[in-house]
Amino acid sequence: MPTTAPTDPAPGLAAYSEVTASEASLRRFLHGLPGVDQVGAEARAAGLGTRSIKTTAKAWALDLAIRMVDLTTLEGQDTPGKVRALASKALRPDPADPTCPSVAAVCVYGDLVGEVKAIVGDQVNVAAVATAFPSGRASMDVKLADTRDAVAAGADEIDMVIDRGAFLAGRYLQVFEEIVATREACVRPDGSHAHLKVIFETGELQTYDNVRRASWLAMLAGTDFIKTSTGKVQPAATLPVTLVMLEAVRDFREATGVQIGVKPAGGIRTAKDAIKYLVMVNEIAGDDWLDPDWFRFGASTLLNDLLMQRTKMTTGRYSGPDYFTLD
Amino acid sequence: MAFEYAPAPESRSIVDIKPSYGLFIDGEFVDGRGASFKTVNPATEETLAEVAEASDADVDLAVRAARRAFRGWSRMSGKERAKYLFRIARIIQERGRELAVLESIDNGKPIKESRDVDVPIVAAHFFYYAGWADKLEHAGLGPNPQPIGVAGQVIPWNFPLMMLAWKVAPALACGNTVVLKPAETTPLTALLFAEICQQADLPPGVVNIVTGAGGTGQAVVSHPDVDKVAFTGSTEVGKAIARAVAGTDKKVTLELGGKAANIVFDDAPIDQAVDGIVSGIFFNQGHVCCAGSRLLVQESVAEEVLARLKRRMGTLRLGDPLDKNTDIGAINSREQLDRIRELSDIGEAEGAERWAVACDLPSSGFWFPPTVFTGVTQAHRIAREEVFGPVLSVLTFRTPAEAVEKANNTPYGLSAGVWTEKGSRILHMASQLRAGVVWANTFNKFDPASPFGGYKESGYGREGGRQGLAAYLKGAEA
Repeated sequence: MPTTAPTDPAPGLAAYSEVTASEASLRRFLHGLPGVDQVGAEARAAGLGTRSIKTTAKAWALDLAIRMVDLTTLEGQDTPGKVRALASKALRPDPADPTCPSVAAVCVYGDLVGEVKAIVGDQVNVAAVATAFPSGRASMDVKLADTRDAVAAGADEIDMVIDRGAFLAGRYLQVFEEIVATREACVRPDGSHAHLKVIFETGELQTYDNVRRASWLAMLAGTDFIKTSTGKVQPAATLPVTLVMLEAVRDFREATGVQIGVKPAGGIRTAKDAIKYLVMVNEIAGDDWLDPDWFRFGASTLLNDLLMQRTKMTTGRYSGPDYFTLD
Repeated sequence: MAFEYAPAPESRSIVDIKPSYGLFIDGEFVDGRGASFKTVNPATEETLAEVAEASDADVDLAVRAARRAFRGWSRMSGKERAKYLFRIARIIQERGRELAVLESIDNGKPIKESRDVDVPIVAAHFFYYAGWADKLEHAGLGPNPQPIGVAGQVIPWNFPLMMLAWKVAPALACGNTVVLKPAETTPLTALLFAEICQQADLPPGVVNIVTGAGGTGQAVVSHPDVDKVAFTGSTEVGKAIARAVAGTDKKVTLELGGKAANIVFDDAPIDQAVDGIVSGIFFNQGHVCCAGSRLLVQESVAEEVLARLKRRMGTLRLGDPLDKNTDIGAINSREQLDRIRELSDIGEAEGAERWAVACDLPSSGFWFPPTVFTGVTQAHRIAREEVFGPVLSVLTFRTPAEAVEKANNTPYGLSAGVWTEKGSRILHMASQLRAGVVWANTFNKFDPASPFGGYKESGYGREGGRQGLAAYLKGAEA
């Protein structure tokens, strides 16, 4: 079983090698994590949602949120034309305002990576979903081939899905090994690797205890990011789910020294919501995570609301939706 | 990159604070015959208003007005009384922002608490007891239940409006009339409530509000024509009241101090337990009789819990109570601040280790940073006496039996908290803890349907719920 990480494993992680040595030890570890009290976690998330972010703080948060967007289209009807338009928008979200920052990445299906890359070059990352997205129901060979294809096409980031069926059946080691193998498939011929984000589909894992276990599982397997959802299942990202994941990355760094990023995806549509997430990042994980390298929003419609609010901050009035590009 | 929250102050223009206030007697605001006193904003020390100090003669007038009103109010059908209470509840909701802002100005508590906790609970209490007014015969407190008469009620400064609601709503629902004395440092929302009574066309004399200090309170509880005394406040004053009414036929309920144990087991949901410890002791600056002021943490997780607690406390925002992002407001008075300082200094002198959040305190006003004492034992005064401030004493235990023993080893018995993922342990602990309220995997949750009250020196009688009716009905035992 190939369990060695392709790139230098962090020394802090070495202490956990026994945890992932067998199905039994991994299960013991994951089930030994402190539980999450649902009522308490939801109350804390709601409490943070009442923070009032105004004036200078709001302007700062809006720009940061724009820089954190993974501008996403994952539809059967996606065409080269559609994703090229999206790629242009990612570069210059607000054509009327050159001070508006670019987004973090464009997120598409693997076959469209080249189209996006042609537009954005190295200015904006290209993320591709892989491993039989969104269900994760395919053989391991197919999942890995899917990943290698996207990496070969130039994807900077790979958003993989876990096998929720295996996770819910308690086959944690299988999920672990799939993540390890996918991470290896992210390695490019020059030894560098595409950043790996692991999608849990928290709407299918259902409980916060499961979200915490999945987070630790993926982090032990060497992911770079943990991500809530595909956007294809409701509920997608929620504040309390993201809270539990932020607690996990915070605790993981404390235990191992390794920092992991978090990406809520799906269902975040308004600037107001995005700011609630940033408040939560700030107060749960800390300001080290307030950076596009460590926190992303997987979203499509969110960007335009961020732009509208941003324009409102500078002009003092709201512009109609027709002043922002619909791509 | 730091995320600095810009100031987000709630506007105070919604409240209109008059330069001086009289007493509310027989449906009218009248000048007091005694002296007056100042009420200040504890966050700035600015004087807010001059308030009349009711003399014995003023109290007598108020009790007479209440007695006159009792005839009509007690004979009114429950259905009719309910209409007034529902109306008051709705006006409280409509004027909620005004009440919240005024409460924060006069008390020092953060606007997010007065807005999201105090005022909603106040409205909920009036709605809840309005619902009981025409169903008293079905409350299981005997057939044809009758009101007691005139209730003299004395309330504290920590939840000025909420304590008013806890006292006034059940009294009125049962057909009693009231003379209420708000705390000396926080009279303003009670006086705004008087205005709400006028707005609701409540018959004159059903609610009378006499402001003042200890002397006024004494006049209220010892007035010979007061049939029922209800007090929330310190155990010391509670004992004095119990002595004052001994030998009379006054009925009494007392809700007094506490030194609650918040017990964290090693199988607790740690992050939520830490949040619960924080809300248990730092909610309302720790000015809470049921505050979880003693953290009992299982020794095997003590270090981890403390590290997480300190990190979490680092995110608490102390400052302007009207700022919507403030978590910790001002200490209510200089007197209280002095007491908190004194007990904290004693804690340090007795050898406990003091740790406080490093934060800038405003230059004027009364402030105390959230503070934790570790290395505390049952022999320390900070583990035994009620600090009534944002000061947590941390003790450890090894076994559930030891946790119970330590939790119960206090003259108080108002509340307790249990944190564990094991349901059977929650039930076992709840049956062993001598405390009126035991919260499981939460803390400081209040609901009008749930009775609240203490064991031992935390008082007697229950407020809230069906049980809360008993305190205001003849012959019904609490």
